[in-house]
Amino acid sequence: MDNIAGKKPALIWATHISVVVLVILWLFPTVGLFVSSFRTADQISSSGWWKAMFPQEQNTMIRTASPETQQQIDGNYVIEGNLFEEAGETRGEISAWGISSRDIAAYAPGDTADMGEDGQLSVAVNGDYRFVNTTEFSGRRGERVFLTAVTPPSFTLDNYRTVLVDGQATDKMGKAFINTLTVTIPATVIPILIAAFAAYALAWMDFRGRAFLIAVIVGLLVVPLQLALIPLLSFHGAVVEWFIALVGTPMEGNARRFAEVGALGRLFGFAPGDTINSKGYLGVWAAHTGFGLPLAIYLLRNYMVGLPKDIIENARVDGATDFQIFTKIILPLSFPALASFAIFQFLWTWNDLLVALVFLIDSSGETTVMTRQIVELLGTRGGNWEILATAAFVSIAVPLTVFFFMQKYLVRGLLAGSVK
Amino acid sequence: MHPALQGLLTIAIGVGACIGYFYFSNIILDKVIFPARGQNAGRNINRANLVRPWLFLLPGLLALGLYLAYPVVETLRLSLTDRDLGGAYVGLENYRKMSGDPKFWEAMRNNAFWLLVVPAMSTAFGLLVAQLTDRIRWGSIAKSLIFMPMAISFVGAAVIWKLVYDARPLGTEQIGILNAIYLALGGDQPMNWLTIPFWNNFFLMVVLIWIQTGFAMVILSAALRGVPEETIEAAIVDGANPFQIFFRIKVPQIMGTIVVVWTTITIVVLKVFDIVFAMTNGQWETQVLANYMYDQLFRARDWGVGSAAAMVIMLLVTPILVWNVYNARKEMK
Repeated sequence: MDNIAGKKPALIWATHISVVVLVILWLFPTVGLFVSSFRTADQISSSGWWKAMFPQEQNTMIRTASPETQQQIDGNYVIEGNLFEEAGETRGEISAWGISSRDIAAYAPGDTADMGEDGQLSVAVNGDYRFVNTTEFSGRRGERVFLTAVTPPSFTLDNYRTVLVDGQATDKMGKAFINTLTVTIPATVIPILIAAFAAYALAWMDFRGRAFLIAVIVGLLVVPLQLALIPLLSFHGAVVEWFIALVGTPMEGNARRFAEVGALGRLFGFAPGDTINSKGYLGVWAAHTGFGLPLAIYLLRNYMVGLPKDIIENARVDGATDFQIFTKIILPLSFPALASFAIFQFLWTWNDLLVALVFLIDSSGETTVMTRQIVELLGTRGGNWEILATAAFVSIAVPLTVFFFMQKYLVRGLLAGSVK
Repeated sequence: MHPALQGLLTIAIGVGACIGYFYFSNIILDKVIFPARGQNAGRNINRANLVRPWLFLLPGLLALGLYLAYPVVETLRLSLTDRDLGGAYVGLENYRKMSGDPKFWEAMRNNAFWLLVVPAMSTAFGLLVAQLTDRIRWGSIAKSLIFMPMAISFVGAAVIWKLVYDARPLGTEQIGILNAIYLALGGDQPMNWLTIPFWNNFFLMVVLIWIQTGFAMVILSAALRGVPEETIEAAIVDGANPFQIFFRIKVPQIMGTIVVVWTTITIVVLKVFDIVFAMTNGQWETQVLANYMYDQLFRARDWGVGSAAAMVIMLLVTPILVWNVYNARKEMK
């Protein structure tokens, strides 16, 4: 069949070429960010990232070593060295050079520039120079040399060091990374457990109102979480107030300890400085759990319904309780569906901005997450692409890794999760 | 205590509490309330089995009720009240106020364009890629590369595309690829793509299309595989060319899936927030409903109008909600 099913050679070539074009189009933006995160600020602003893979012609100004290093050889005063080394740059190939900013390409490599009583300077292709004069060199700084050089591609890990370890506090992603992880893991694990039991009941237990409940869950699948922001923020506020009424205000001893520990206080929305707000990890975990549940229940129920009926009925006949059937049979068999949902929920909570903004991040900024941090950087360091690109890539790297290793489950989940 | 440790502790407590709840509630039900022994053993077993589903469902239903169902009602109520007046009922005043706000209509207009363009383009590209990669050997690699943006956050995508759209003054080297191409093709000066009113909306949409195409592709690719081979063979025997096979045989058979993909992306579009928030924050006439709502709630601190805007989003989602529920019920019968 295949040989006639639209398999004309011309068409095959057209297909291959269009797929290549599409893939390149789709990859290009991400690759741009990736490459940029390995370049210095100078490199980023002096050439587009797509040129980074190739040797580049650049104009630079480098000073020779200072006159302090001069040596006396055969009655002449000499300063010697390599221009690229003086500047601490990667070695390139010089195509032209000059000693005046008005004519930066006055000499070819190997030429000697005669500067009269200032001496004679010669520069070789590889940047080696020799500056000779009959009288002693004076002054503190070296002679300016303008180079037109082709430098090989060079990449650096400095940006990652800056962003992760020793940058300014506002640039740091390390803490935000930990915070994101803190949000993500409980927000992934808890809904799975709650949903698995509910899904089992909806799939394999008979009771009145089952069809209605399933319909409700299908409906809740599309309810925009925007609606939940204010009501839930008020609700969380009420819970915190109730909690304070129960244990006393943070200023009065007992709960004060919660506040002082800081992190634990933040669980309940106490900031260290005695201010009370309704934002904290508990709130964001609860919110993510609530918002993730419809999809979780829907996905898991659809999967569990498809499990072989015989196994479950045999177990019932053998006297297994529903609880045993669920934990010993259904849960292990449902692993693929559980994995699918886990990936979904992980990606969604890791990548989320809105829920964290509303339920987690307070004015102290101690609980900021990576997405928020990046938005902040976009505002304050819009032009510093080396910082931005690196910060963004740090946050993207984890979901991308998960994506490439668990793609199978993600695809399966998507196929099962879209309402048919 | 370190937040990460705290997170681990929460997992332990949360998971422990969940398992404990399910385990002990079952034991109490079977051993204490309706023990399966004595005179009423049979009746008790039946009763226990009537209650058990609700034990299994309780935590889920509580969470769903509190975090999704209740907010819908509460938001409706808030949209009819005024916070500054101590939550007094003001009827449709908030909606009237909102409809007098030009920013709201700008958001509505932009959302309309988003709704037209993004689902259409994502589905079209997704279908195209699904069909093209179907028969080539490295198709699965190509698909996984086009699928990849699905894993990237909207905020990450915003940074990625801001670099693409970056503009540098004329005479200096362009570092945004779009301007580099634009100038190479004879553009006279670099453009600030995100500040050109009206058209900048489309530059924002590109980001979401870029992300959602992978989703459409995955679903449609599976649907295309499901098209019965005989129908295609019959068409070939009848002398149909590849384009006819695609448009006349395959597409009609996967129409149901195309609609599903379309509606799913429509819902994503209605909720789109991060991209606009991170890239333009609604400036230069790029406001959309979700961002407008966020502005009203957390910047203007007007809960009434904010809730009214949220209700508008809910209203736009409702037809899809009804349609989904209708289909799900039909399928279960």
